[in-house]
Amino acid sequence: MDVQPMNENNHYAIEARNLNIYYGNFQAVRDVNLTIQRNKITAIIGPSGCGKSTVLRAFNRMNDFILNSRVEGEILYHDKNIYDPDVDAVQIRRMIGMVFQKPNPFPKSIYENVAWGARINGYRGNMDELVEETLRSAALWDEVKDDLKKSALALSGGQQQRLCIARALAVKPEIILMDEPCSALDPIATLKIEDLMRELSHNYTIIIVTHNMQQAARASDFTAFFTMAEDRAGIMVEFGSTNQIFTRPRDQRTEDYITGRFG
Amino acid sequence: MPRDTLIRQINQIQDEILILGSMVEQATLSAVQALKNRDTQLAHDIFEQDQVINEKRFAIENAIITLMATQQPMARDLRGMTAMLEVNTELERMGDYAKGIAKVVTRLGEGEVVIPIQEIEKMAEIAVSMLHRALGAFISENSSQALAIPKEDDQVDELFNQAYRKIIEAMIANPNLIDHTNLMLWVIHNLERLADRVTNICERTVFSATGELFEIDGMDEDDANV
Repeated sequence: MDVQPMNENNHYAIEARNLNIYYGNFQAVRDVNLTIQRNKITAIIGPSGCGKSTVLRAFNRMNDFILNSRVEGEILYHDKNIYDPDVDAVQIRRMIGMVFQKPNPFPKSIYENVAWGARINGYRGNMDELVEETLRSAALWDEVKDDLKKSALALSGGQQQRLCIARALAVKPEIILMDEPCSALDPIATLKIEDLMRELSHNYTIIIVTHNMQQAARASDFTAFFTMAEDRAGIMVEFGSTNQIFTRPRDQRTEDYITGRFG
Repeated sequence: MPRDTLIRQINQIQDEILILGSMVEQATLSAVQALKNRDTQLAHDIFEQDQVINEKRFAIENAIITLMATQQPMARDLRGMTAMLEVNTELERMGDYAKGIAKVVTRLGEGEVVIPIQEIEKMAEIAVSMLHRALGAFISENSSQALAIPKEDDQVDELFNQAYRKIIEAMIANPNLIDHTNLMLWVIHNLERLADRVTNICERTVFSATGELFEIDGMDEDDANV
């Protein structure tokens, strides 16, 4: 069954409007309009260089760190353009967290990895409770509850990635961006992350960039397909329910990509 | 182009489906021939051939499932494979209709009966021709052809009605032969259903080509006669 399209009552979580992104003179992304539905998992797929990670990073202003990068258009979050001069990018990144390709826990204890963000934000509640609750949300608690003082680096890759997700959750974000979160993981750890994403989507909005089409098909509610235009700028070709994209894509370019006939 | 292996494997299964289709066509025509000539030996051959059809059906089904499991088809490939599963099943059922007619031949033996053979032969001819072209349209994903073929079912239905009247008249004229005459209703019913099932193949062709899943009109309205 198709996921219901958005309407006025079901407000968006974040929205890109006429988004253009440049690295110096090179246009990396052109005219992207993409509305992300709240409490859903949206996958962005496409060949290498199609601008999908660039768009993902634009959603929490991570591109600010890239020299010569320039963003035109708007990213609307709570009806406000996050690129407006009066917006605090740090605050945006607190509300819109990110999980990266390679698990990157701090070289500290499991406990400290989770507590760190909350502490920075001046969290005054019971830290033990927050750590437990967050590790439970990240489906990691049962595996680490007796080893909270152990170094995070002693965990397996899949556990480290769930710890990074826990670390992102500890600051109570609304949206979680995931950039190839399973590409360094084995298949079982990958499926655990996908189950976790499904669980988290009850309370969070998730946007995931993935090279793994089966992962997008398995784990997401909506899928956006990006490709490169002739001048190598990334463009969005098609956006729809994951069901529709993987069974009845409308655009031939989408069809060619997901059936493996691209290139 | 990538996916050459997948394309080659799909083509192989399509070939097998065409072979299965021609086995069913042959079985249908042979069954009518056996009825016309009261040839019980030919009827027994059709029983044996039906075993081969059933085995081939399972072999094709296994090949499709293996392909799905190993190649993770998407979009057009996925639709094509699920449609092949469906068409494969339809063909096996059509084979059963031919077998049903062969069974009538053995039941009749040498017994006296009125056979509306003209209508029956014509029904079989049209149904087999529809099936043949429907499979061609299926393999070439020609949805406009697939949408046109089911309309020809009207001719089969018309012949069914004519044969039906003749059979009823024969029953009234010779009530003591009603046991045998009743078997003729089976024959025409099987041929009529076989033509109906061609429509299902056409529906899967449209789905495979376009992703649209709907019933093509123009079938089943004369089922009430049976």
